[in-house]
Amino acid sequence: MTTLTDPPKESFRLSMLINDTRYRSLTFQAIAAVALALAIWYLGNNLIQNLRAAGLNISYSFLGDPAGYDINQRLVEYDSQSSHARAALVGVLNTILVAFLACVTATIFGVIAGVLRLSNNWIVSKLMAVYVEIFRNIPVLIWIIIIFTIMTAVMPGPREFRGDNATSSMVLDLFAFTNRGVYIPMPFFENGLFGSATLNWVLVLLVAAGSWYAVRTNNARAANVQAETGVRPKTLWINLAIWLVPFIALMFIMGLSWEVPELKGFNFKGGIKVGGPLIALWFALSIYTGAFIAENVRAGIQAVSKGQTEAASALGLRPRRVMNLVILPQALRVIIPPLISQYLNITKNSSLAIAVGYADITATLGGITLNQTGRAIECVLLLMLFYLTASLLISMAMNVYNASVKLKER
Amino acid sequence: MSDQNNNSIAFVATETIPESPPPARETGVVKWMRENLFSSIPNSILTIVALLLIYSVLKNTLPWIFNGLWTTSSLAECREILDGTTGACFSVLTERWNQLIYGFKYPVDEYWRPNVAFVLMLVAIAPVLFFDLPRKLLIFTALYPFVAFWLIWGGTILAPLVALVGFVAAGAFFQKFGRNNFALGFFGAVVIALIIWALGGAMIPEGASDSALLPAVPSRDLGGFMLNMMLGLTCVSLSVPLGIALALGRQSDMPLIKGICVVFIEFVRGVPLITLLFVASVMLSYFFPPDATVDLFLRVVIMITLFSAAYIAEVVRGGLAALPKGQYEAADSLGLDYPQAMRLIILPQALKISIPGIVNVAVGLFKDTTLVSVISMFDLVGMIRGPILASTEWNGVYWELFGFAAALFFVVCYGISQYSQWLERKLHKGH
Repeated sequence: MTTLTDPPKESFRLSMLINDTRYRSLTFQAIAAVALALAIWYLGNNLIQNLRAAGLNISYSFLGDPAGYDINQRLVEYDSQSSHARAALVGVLNTILVAFLACVTATIFGVIAGVLRLSNNWIVSKLMAVYVEIFRNIPVLIWIIIIFTIMTAVMPGPREFRGDNATSSMVLDLFAFTNRGVYIPMPFFENGLFGSATLNWVLVLLVAAGSWYAVRTNNARAANVQAETGVRPKTLWINLAIWLVPFIALMFIMGLSWEVPELKGFNFKGGIKVGGPLIALWFALSIYTGAFIAENVRAGIQAVSKGQTEAASALGLRPRRVMNLVILPQALRVIIPPLISQYLNITKNSSLAIAVGYADITATLGGITLNQTGRAIECVLLLMLFYLTASLLISMAMNVYNASVKLKER
Repeated sequence: MSDQNNNSIAFVATETIPESPPPARETGVVKWMRENLFSSIPNSILTIVALLLIYSVLKNTLPWIFNGLWTTSSLAECREILDGTTGACFSVLTERWNQLIYGFKYPVDEYWRPNVAFVLMLVAIAPVLFFDLPRKLLIFTALYPFVAFWLIWGGTILAPLVALVGFVAAGAFFQKFGRNNFALGFFGAVVIALIIWALGGAMIPEGASDSALLPAVPSRDLGGFMLNMMLGLTCVSLSVPLGIALALGRQSDMPLIKGICVVFIEFVRGVPLITLLFVASVMLSYFFPPDATVDLFLRVVIMITLFSAAYIAEVVRGGLAALPKGQYEAADSLGLDYPQAMRLIILPQALKISIPGIVNVAVGLFKDTTLVSVISMFDLVGMIRGPILASTEWNGVYWELFGFAAALFFVVCYGISQYSQWLERKLHKGH
């Protein structure tokens, strides 16, 4: 008698590789693995053959060779005798500089435009809509070139500042806008506590960080007092004093002064020179991305339901507190994730520097170094590696921030 | 009892007073302005500042535009005629129109070919954009790439014909076998197409292009706004299927396939398009067989397609994730296998959700096609910065040229984004 309880003994058949869901995925993955391996082998083989035919090899030793070209805009010491690696470092720092500046200003532009677009002032909201549409729908490369053209072709040359009947003059006698760049006063210390200027600025930063920590402690104390007694002690004046007194004292001790740019010979001397390419890139990126951020901000504010505003008003909060305590914290949760991707876009779009000759990593490593050494593969790989790392770091940092503001669900 | 209705009480009015008009400040324009422009002091200041801004912009641009010259032959002549007054020199647009649109190498006698291709493009794209048009038009859309290729590049008609025959045979095979067995149908179709292309390619006689009806135009002769349009259209249409495949791969529960897709998508999204264009211009040729020559246009198309496919994959993944789990379970409970479930249940709904996102990627991609000017291809921006501004006649005509480029891109991109919003409203069927 056969038992009904025994399941039929299954033997493995070859057709089960296709038809049985337990094995099918394994089959497909095996096929994919083989295809991938074949593709890599094919491409690698082609690469080796092509390199051999061209008499090249993959080597990164060119990074140590002298670069042989000059870079105007630089944050660290560099001259034409420095190595290609040093030139790449200058490029990396320049990329970070312009990306950071553009992120800050794009956020400012975007928040202002986004809030104003929701304004009940008809003309202002329409104006902001026009701004957003115009800047979103025209390629950022065109904006960069247009602003670069303003910086180089429309601004007066230094010689127009000369003489008694000069056609141009410095703004407030402090800033000079010329076609070679913008010159702004440079702060420096007459009797710094340390020999090097860098150390003095580090000291200023340390003092600022100390003030920030003290202010936080003071606010925490106020919050404790409020929790216990229900009355929040006034913190404004103490905080202001914590911020200002050490800072002013330090500036006084070290003797802060300003080096104002002056017209000497054919050019301006002194002060900080901000090159035209940097300004073009910075301004174009911030005004272009600002339009996108404005839309994100508007969507975020509109995502907070009207009941929240009404509930807050019903609790007796004043309009400013409604905004600060009820609307913004909720809107931020919607705004932050797209804001992160806009920051990533700025960092990636800063590679357009090459179009206006700003010496960022794409222009140094991917431009001049690549052309001089002919090491295309190595340079492009390093370039990609840098941008990948930067993207991952930014999204990591912003995700940490996102996690700290997001809704705490229990 | 008091008589309240008594008419004798002097201070009670007995007649209704006729309705008087609302106060002047509460009606019409005045009311609208009070509410929308001058509701408070900060608002009034904002209004005045905005008006001043608009005035100063218009004051400078309007005379410049309306004083513009359209028929001179060089900037110097413009300056002579204007004689110090403000005015644009739009003659650069009329004189260099062909260069701006077609690039500076495309044979002048053949300009009608891109023109015809452009008009046909409008016809081909219409049934994709507007669902109410007759579905039969989609047949023309499917034929369009081959027609356009033949029109723009010219040469022997056999090449696009062989490609078309390969696709048709593959499609027929898939229709026959793919319904029941997706894997068999799909891989069989790929093999058949490859065989036909190989055989057909071998059968095209050497030098067939020389005596062709349309003279062949090499890709390096393409340029101007035409190049932007071609790159944008080709890359978008190629990257949508690739992006859908990548999104499905990323959702897959097979770790290897998922891993490949995740690494690819995150890698491409982490690097700027410029580096990928560098790959196309200096690096990609190392990966092709030593005797193959793949022209720059094709290499750029490959890289831009991969780039936008990664972004479209993320959009489609959002659509897939937004679909309720019940849809997947319903498809399973109907006994559909994976390809059937995707084709019949999941993708139609997921794609509908992701259409606005895909259109956004398409707009971004179209704007990004200007970057090819960095790797010395002469698209619209490349033409302006290269041959036109460098010429002695037009050296210094910045605003007219860049304004024209900006206006062209604005019209196209704004049009597409308006279409996307219209589509979103149309597809949004509230419950």
